[in-house]
Amino acid sequence: MNSRDVILGRVRRALAETGHDDTPYDQAVERSYLREHGERGVAETVELLAENLADYRALVHRCDADGLPGVIAGLLAERGSASVVVPPGLDESWLADTDVTRVADRAETTPHELDRVDSVVTACAVAIAETGTIVLDGGPDQGRRRITLVPDHHICVVRVPDQVVSSVPQGLARLAPERPLTWISGPSATSDIELDRVEGVHGPRTLEVILVGTV
Amino acid sequence: MSGTFVGMPAFPKAAHEAVHDATLRGNLRHATHTIRSKRAKAVAEVSDWAALREAGKRIKDHTLRHLDRYLVQLEESVTAAGGTVHWAADADEANRIVAGLVLATGESEVVKVKSMATQEIGLNEALEAEGIRAYETDLAELIVQLGKDRPSHILVPAIHRNRGEIRDIFAREMSEWGRPAPDGLTDTPAELAEAARLHLREKFLRAKVGISGANFMVAETGTLVVVESEGNGRMCLTLPETLISVVGIEKIVPTWQDLEVFLQTLPRSSTAERMNPYTSTWTGTTDEDGPRAFHLVLLDNGRTDTLADEVGRQALRCIRCSACLNVCPVYERAGGHAYGSVYPGPIGAILSPQLRGTASEIDASLPYASSLCGACYEVCPVAIDIPEVLVHLRERVAQGGPATREGNKVVLKPAKGHAAERAAMRAARWAFSHPGALRTGQRLAGRTRRFHPRTLPGPGRAWSASRDLPPVPAEPFRDWWQRTRGGKDAK
Ligand code: SF4
Repeated sequence: MNSRDVILGRVRRALAETGHDDTPYDQAVERSYLREHGERGVAETVELLAENLADYRALVHRCDADGLPGVIAGLLAERGSASVVVPPGLDESWLADTDVTRVADRAETTPHELDRVDSVVTACAVAIAETGTIVLDGGPDQGRRRITLVPDHHICVVRVPDQVVSSVPQGLARLAPERPLTWISGPSATSDIELDRVEGVHGPRTLEVILVGTV
Repeated sequence: MSGTFVGMPAFPKAAHEAVHDATLRGNLRHATHTIRSKRAKAVAEVSDWAALREAGKRIKDHTLRHLDRYLVQLEESVTAAGGTVHWAADADEANRIVAGLVLATGESEVVKVKSMATQEIGLNEALEAEGIRAYETDLAELIVQLGKDRPSHILVPAIHRNRGEIRDIFAREMSEWGRPAPDGLTDTPAELAEAARLHLREKFLRAKVGISGANFMVAETGTLVVVESEGNGRMCLTLPETLISVVGIEKIVPTWQDLEVFLQTLPRSSTAERMNPYTSTWTGTTDEDGPRAFHLVLLDNGRTDTLADEVGRQALRCIRCSACLNVCPVYERAGGHAYGSVYPGPIGAILSPQLRGTASEIDASLPYASSLCGACYEVCPVAIDIPEVLVHLRERVAQGGPATREGNKVVLKPAKGHAAERAAMRAARWAFSHPGALRTGQRLAGRTRRFHPRTLPGPGRAWSASRDLPPVPAEPFRDWWQRTRGGKDAK
């Protein structure tokens, strides 16, 4: 007998003496928890997102669509970045105001090459206000997972209010499970040394989130 | 189970040693108290915590009740998404599978993201025997690995080390494993984290094989989820060409929607955050993004035996948040190492004796490593009634009775008169007579009653004796214990 059969056989025997239960899944779990916490208007939800992002040490910026290229150019300049990774489907106009060297997000690029790039600019799939989370789903304007991991400086653009939801349940409902997802809540951090929080271990040590649009 | 720490003394002896290590105790106390109050705040922020906890419990119970069905569904969906599923009945088989997969890639090193399951099966040692070097990449695991040490906490495995010790370990050991620590390294946490970043980065960038566990597996979609803070998980999950995930069969949830419960309860219970810095989900493989090959090793290793026990199976709901450790007065004083397994604290006290059986002294003594104060149950985000399982396991140790080992029904002999009984008795005495149990002694009388359907012989007498006490003992609990030795004299 192979181990698959062994394990499934053990499971079935383990459950054999427990009374029969054919409650369907949808009825087995009562979901009396909230779909979102508190009642907020759109503007308040965006405000909460900004607050919670900042609380976990993301640097939050706000502008309208026209101001976006200027803000991005400014952040790259302030950082002193010489190069930036650009996902294939990123709106070209976003980088119109900067002449920093573009590095395409390509499959052939090695991790070592990526390690030499200063910054990365991406969009996101959804942002969750209650937890201060941005979620990337590998879409064309977000690129491969590793481009937002290896460079030390990540600029992420969130279109508000369209991409903002209140809660984790609402966020999950908007996301496609078959896509590889990265949920980001502030820059990487560790509390492994005497539970002192230190920002920035392996992921980008600086996370800048630009909330673009008017609410 | 090969996860037993070899030569591990039974709980009371190990606990006794820990109590006399002032540094360890100071570190532990500071850490558990800090995180405890932070957690309470994070939980208080969500008004529907009780409903989330109940839903989490029900989802897990439902899944366990139909585990065969969900395992098969998971296998189908992972396979359909481009992954390969392997089944491992025990630790040895899991280790063989993983070693074989690594060797097939032609690589001799792997990067690992912290995973309880791979610690449980002793994967690093097994790989080493095959000439494969496994690099732990979680900062705390790195500290443990470089310090040739053992983890002492689920979430912060190096909680027993203070910054000065960590600095010394880095300065001394990093050069053995790769990039040395920077000259003049001080003991500020930021500098230590930076040293780890530099040391590990070269390993991440060249890694061809990554090994992980998973916090959740979604049956309907075949999605795996890893929740982390540092980004080492993302490195291991996305940079290598081959990813191997070793996951206990109890980590399944039926649907994508179920994650909405656990992604709210786990971070708040665990790191006391609204959300942890990084969560990665992946479903099989994705073209030109991340590993080209994905292997899922489904691990039994005592889980189906645990499932066979109608009282004990609730331990399989555990999402390894470690909240129960942080509130446990016994853990706080004994330290994680005393539990003799990768699962310390209250969850370890009910999980290890079920995964491994109660044949060894350490495992027989674990159900007694508690004052039954019930704080663990109160904080558990999936409502595992740890005291109930402890009492149940005590009964099993003391009286013997039916159990399941490696899928077979067996009848355990009572521990009476055996070394196991003495170990158990000492553990009970330790947990009770130690000042740690004091604070909670008053609540104990009330709590134990609930869990005590009948009088227990042997070591169990200590607990059932409390039933005959007045609701609140007239004399302080400790005095009563000192006087009666937990009812031993009354035997
Ligand atoms: S038993 Fe409960 S509180 Fe303890 S680690 Fe598991 S889920 Fe967390």
